[in-house]
Amino acid sequence: MWKPEPALPDLHFLLDRAGLTREALLAQYRQMCLIRDFEELIAERYAIGKTPNFNMAAGPIRGEMHLAVGQEAVAVGVCSLLTDADAVVSTHRPHHHALAKGIDPGRLAAEIFGKNTGLCRGKGGHMHLFDAEKNFSCSGIVGASYPQAAGAAFSFRAQGQPNVAVAFSGEGAANHGTFSETLTAAALWQLPLVIVIEDNLYADSTPKWAALASTHQSHRAQAYNVPAYLVDGMDVIDVYAAAKRAIERARAGHGPTVIEAVCYRYRGHFEGDGEDYRTREEVELWRTLDPIERLGKRLIRLGWADDATLAGLREEAARDAAQAIAFAEESPLPEQREALMGVFA
Amino acid sequence: MKGIAFAIAEAIDQEMSGNPKVVVMGEDVTYWGAVFGFTMGLHQKYGRERVIDTPITEQTFMGMAVGAAATGMHPVVSLMFVDFLGAGFDQMYNHMAKNHYMSGGQFAMPVTVLTAIGGGYGDAAQHSQVLYGLFAHVPGFKVVVPSTAYDAKGLTLTALRDNNPVVIFGHKLLTGLPFLPFEGEEETVPEEPYTIPFGQAAVRREGSDLTIVAAGVMVPRSLRAAERLAQDGIDAEVIDVRTLVPLDTDTLVASARKTGRVLIVDEDYQSYGMTGELAFRIQAAAFDALRAPIRRLAVPDVPIPFSEPLESAVIPGVDRIVEEARALAGAQVTAD
Repeated sequence: MWKPEPALPDLHFLLDRAGLTREALLAQYRQMCLIRDFEELIAERYAIGKTPNFNMAAGPIRGEMHLAVGQEAVAVGVCSLLTDADAVVSTHRPHHHALAKGIDPGRLAAEIFGKNTGLCRGKGGHMHLFDAEKNFSCSGIVGASYPQAAGAAFSFRAQGQPNVAVAFSGEGAANHGTFSETLTAAALWQLPLVIVIEDNLYADSTPKWAALASTHQSHRAQAYNVPAYLVDGMDVIDVYAAAKRAIERARAGHGPTVIEAVCYRYRGHFEGDGEDYRTREEVELWRTLDPIERLGKRLIRLGWADDATLAGLREEAARDAAQAIAFAEESPLPEQREALMGVFA
Repeated sequence: MKGIAFAIAEAIDQEMSGNPKVVVMGEDVTYWGAVFGFTMGLHQKYGRERVIDTPITEQTFMGMAVGAAATGMHPVVSLMFVDFLGAGFDQMYNHMAKNHYMSGGQFAMPVTVLTAIGGGYGDAAQHSQVLYGLFAHVPGFKVVVPSTAYDAKGLTLTALRDNNPVVIFGHKLLTGLPFLPFEGEEETVPEEPYTIPFGQAAVRREGSDLTIVAAGVMVPRSLRAAERLAQDGIDAEVIDVRTLVPLDTDTLVASARKTGRVLIVDEDYQSYGMTGELAFRIQAAAFDALRAPIRRLAVPDVPIPFSEPLESAVIPGVDRIVEEARALAGAQVTAD
């Protein structure tokens, strides 16, 4: 879903139409850098104790680890339009959504490390991140995000609140019944819901050609009378422009939208994935569309930033990410007695 | 052979090669061998016609297994993590488990479901459960929980020749895959096909002071606990139930009558689960021989927490089995 690179006057036109200012773009650049740095630091820490023999149970971060390097533009393009009161329901690959929603990177990292200072005091872990202040939740179960976000959307409207709910998912999850069922309900009741499909071409190890009956899942929205956008998920501006229309429509009471953002994860489905289902050439090809580099080049073409400005933003992001990891590493583990607490409210 | 994953895959291979009715389906069953290795190598040998990566559609591929089984196939279906059962359970518990009965015996349901269970490696609340108690609770499923590679192969071959839905619960820490800790032993497993009948528990260690009953990875943990108990002069018998349905009550009762003291160890949630069921059956037939109340050690009724100290506080480990067994060895029946 790579779109032509706009000429400079056209880039201005697209930005004006999306209402994107220099400040907004610089903030998006910084945010994407933060996500990239955060994920790469997590990958590095996750690898501790797991080399040369990969053992999922070893090291400071245990269990599975699904990172979103390469998919930053989707999270930032959508979440930069949301308020704290808007709901986001994310997936097994949730860090970029969490950071883009404004969750404190330190508390996020601490949860991933299983520390007492984490978002969920160590009970949730990387696939089960919850932050009530930011109205953020996620699930390790594929396809679980759609109906929960629809429920939040229903609740917002029932309570007369102008908020929207966003469900993120992969393209593989949209094969699940919950996608079709949620579209039916959301369209019938015109809920303020935006479904964002991150189409990264692979459901775990299964390529789209083996798992999808259509080229794109967003095409199916039409069957439910739900408007849909197919966007370049490696282009934060394209994602933002579609998300803005979808979110404005939802806030105005005009019902749900599906956005399918075609993107790519540079790393495996999980850390430790041997990736024998895809080629290195394909990964390298997609890296040439890197969303951070593309935005950086555009900022320079626009004259909105120079190399030094961008380097400064990258340094700030790197510092924030490093501080978050350090906070997590220095934090204490929870006490064992806490394991038995909190089943019921 | 190291681990149950190779053993299960080998059993399926041996059955598939001679039985064209067997097909394998589920998520990531080709390149990843159903993630936990239960179908590894089959795709290379049998191709995508017989080893089929499905879309992420548990309800649908479980329902397709019902339909295919009713029309002459023997589907082998992967439920990648047992935790994902919620996504396909209606087709399993309301149809796969019931259609033979409801149809007055007209439609057999020869389906083998493979699923990975268990925690202990930091995969948190939605990827660490055991849940075989849920399946055992519903009439119509046979429930297989192998603890050795030898058993895994023989029980899988029995499942593949059974005319009923059989769910094989393979513990991740027994798979023998390089990316997970391994708590089993290297074993010699015969190359030729063989079957192990369901409903026969295995006495893994003979003892006279108390009986420890376990399934899955709790079997090797109980055996390690028994070695430590032996150093204290406590002689523990360890029984591996192997199949929860059908359950070999006779072997459990005979052991309970011999030792008079029973500890049931389970990685499933404690309440309304395997421990309570086994305790009921044992006391019903051996009450007069029990010298102390039956004890149990299971996951206290909380979800599996992520953080390591919390996880190890709830999943039974060797230390806690030893503690429970010591308490049991010293316990007396008291009359109030």
